Amino acid sequence: MQRTLSFTLNNKPTRIDVDDQRMLLWVLRSDLALTGTKFGCGEGLCGACTVLVDGRAVRSCSTPVGDIAGKHVLTIEGVQQGDRLHPIQEAFVKHHAFQCGYCTSGMVLAAHALLSASKSPTREEIAHHMEDNLCRCGAHKRILEAVEDAAAALKGGAE
Amino acid sequence: MKTPLSRREFGAIAGSGLFVFISAPALRAYQEPERLPMRQGYPADLNAYLRVAPDGAVTCFVGKVELGQGAMTSLAQMLAEELGVAFDSVKMIMGDTGQCPYDMGTFGSMCTPMFGPVLRRAGAEARATLLAMAAEQLQVPVERLQAKEGVITDPAQKKSVAYGSLVQGRRIEKRVEQAPLHTAAQFSVIGQSPQRKDAIEKVTGKARYAGDLARPGMLCARIVRPPAHGARLKSADTSAAEKLPGVRVIRDGGLVAVLHQHRDIADRALGLVQAEFEPAPDGPDDRTIFEHLLQHGPQPRVVAEAGSLAEGEKLSSTVVEQTYLNAYVSHAPIETHSAVAEVSGDKVTVWAATQAPFSVRPAVAQTLGMKPENVRVITPFVGGGFGGKSGAPQAVEAARLAKLAGVPVQVVWDRAEEFFFDTFRPAAVMKVRSGLTASGKIGFWEMQVVGAGEREAKTFYDVPHQRTTSAGGWQGGNPPGMHPFGVGPWRAPSVNSNSFARESQMDLLAAKAGVDPFEFRMRHLTDRRLRRVLETVLGQSGWRPAKAPSGRGIGLACGVYSNACVATVAEVAVDRKTGAVHVKRVVSAVDSGIIVNPDGARQQIEGSITMGLGQALTEEVHFRGGAVLERNFDSYELPRFSWLPKIEVTLIDNREMPALGLGEPPIVTIAPVIANAIFDATGARLLQLPMT
Repeated sequence: MQRTLSFTLNNKPTRIDVDDQRMLLWVLRSDLALTGTKFGCGEGLCGACTVLVDGRAVRSCSTPVGDIAGKHVLTIEGVQQGDRLHPIQEAFVKHHAFQCGYCTSGMVLAAHALLSASKSPTREEIAHHMEDNLCRCGAHKRILEAVEDAAAALKGGAE
Repeated sequence: MKTPLSRREFGAIAGSGLFVFISAPALRAYQEPERLPMRQGYPADLNAYLRVAPDGAVTCFVGKVELGQGAMTSLAQMLAEELGVAFDSVKMIMGDTGQCPYDMGTFGSMCTPMFGPVLRRAGAEARATLLAMAAEQLQVPVERLQAKEGVITDPAQKKSVAYGSLVQGRRIEKRVEQAPLHTAAQFSVIGQSPQRKDAIEKVTGKARYAGDLARPGMLCARIVRPPAHGARLKSADTSAAEKLPGVRVIRDGGLVAVLHQHRDIADRALGLVQAEFEPAPDGPDDRTIFEHLLQHGPQPRVVAEAGSLAEGEKLSSTVVEQTYLNAYVSHAPIETHSAVAEVSGDKVTVWAATQAPFSVRPAVAQTLGMKPENVRVITPFVGGGFGGKSGAPQAVEAARLAKLAGVPVQVVWDRAEEFFFDTFRPAAVMKVRSGLTASGKIGFWEMQVVGAGEREAKTFYDVPHQRTTSAGGWQGGNPPGMHPFGVGPWRAPSVNSNSFARESQMDLLAAKAGVDPFEFRMRHLTDRRLRRVLETVLGQSGWRPAKAPSGRGIGLACGVYSNACVATVAEVAVDRKTGAVHVKRVVSAVDSGIIVNPDGARQQIEGSITMGLGQALTEEVHFRGGAVLERNFDSYELPRFSWLPKIEVTLIDNREMPALGLGEPPIVTIAPVIANAIFDATGARLLQLPMT
């Protein structure tokens, strides 16, 4: 159904006129030109399209845009704080926790959701949480190290 | 100075500055190019060039592409090293046929070994030229001058001049001559691990891939696809799809596509198309394929032969014969094949996810009936290739549809299309028959490879009597009907299959001989570099000699790919009830010559090890005839975080060898090392990949 949807996108109030059954991924990429959120599988199986909705990691390829009315959506474009990288992004850069970079947005947001909920996850907890985010280049080791590092940095910053 | 014939194609060559034109050596030794489809003549005169502009900016134009392997970073390092500029000041323009000279493609771990030396020589040439110019300008002997960070200084008179000002208002063209290179002891940029050039863009979501590009008026296309390879379209009723507002339907021969401004509405339209297909002819399935390959493979070719097998058999007291199999595997990059095409008059521009932009160019030109020089292929960041983006049929589809539609068109395959049109690593059969003498030496070795291809099929172990044959491969030229779908290069093509057979058989022989697997390999190895990686991994892993199966679950394997040597030890735990295998630890030692970027090298090795886990344990394309049953990641299982073993890597910085590529070599040891570790744990020899 075509309707006007209001939601918060990367901390900015947003209103769009849209068919509310369309998936969030394509509304972000095609209507709103936010292409940092990637298409990988279209069925919520790879995690490349991960965004946060009210702080929780969701698969935007399988989330009808109607479901986000009134909610807060965070995409990779909103993770940075002004010109400053978020500590998770800093850790990904420091560890070179990516190769082709295509899964990276989803990885950063999956980590973001985890570290908002859990301050000091163990490596097993990180692996468990990120399990359904696929990386084909094999950057897994570095991603785990980066998330551990980011957790430490975020905790340090909070104290 | 002779100017390169083909350089007028490149607009950026105009203007002032210092230009150095680069010729790379022939590729034959690395790439078996005569078998690659779409091969063009390889121009001997120009393969890349660099420009030092009047503002001091250094730009390097090279036809290689950034797939994640870090070429953008390591190539810039090699250039910066010799040119005497800061790494950060080098800008790489890659994979754009409108700006970069011809390059065959980014595969075969060739960026570093092929372009490294020539970029270094070009950098050295530019530095020597600039030093000579500075000597003239400053009126001092050139020997007194030092070049660093883009500035030439005479320490005695405390005078200096920047590269940019030397070339101000001038145009100097050079070819690579014999300017001296830095020695390993002089390296200041090579051997460092600077921040990757693509790091910030990739962690902020700003990195652009082909599917991220939007052109004015662009439509997204979805194409009606057959249910199986070989199934022909009978009819397609698009009336329901056409009723969706904004949808356009394009038909051209067997091509039926629905287009819409938004990709997801095009998806919806595609779902409304009622298409009927003639059934595909019957063919083998994933169980019968091995017998099928043996029956339908081409005549075997002798790859290597020495001594006499009959003689060797007489010397042998034990004969061990095994047949090793591997399934088709998919490249499965997370970015599916994607492209945007825009036709403007008699010209077309295509942005494509491809490993070989210069092969896309003639393919698009041919389909559109254009001259190749009117086709420009630009390669944005590529979201993984692994050999699977060596071709770019999606780019041809986008160009064809753009011409028909009269607007720019984007084609982004969905996951099912990606599995369907992938050029899989071929299924293969490797028969090894070998003998052991009474003194525990290999008496003879006979290997027959069907399907995998011949690279590294010949054993590197010292065996007096041996014969290796190969029939068919990934390069094409297979008899029609041998494979029910396309096959092609997959990370370390041929070698990932042949190494599995060789290293598994070596383990079997060691066990038969009652000898520790390390000791048994060393007994048959004279190659100094292979011996060194084996000795290194032995020390690093804390290997304690034992005859397998020892019950500990520790295995060893080694291998060679494109001249890089790798040895790996793995430790596994096997659940005896379920048979589930967990790889707990992987230790690799790698000799790939001089290490240009230690962190980049480690990334590649870790990636190879991790990707190897899937090939070893789970990855298999299921099919019935031409119907590919894999549609998404629910049935095709890639390695995940929980699988990750403890990975330890030792880099042998072998300064006697030029820098070699690292994207592929380590993976060749992973399947066999896991097979050998499973054998050590359980006494069961698994002969088929994946080992599920």
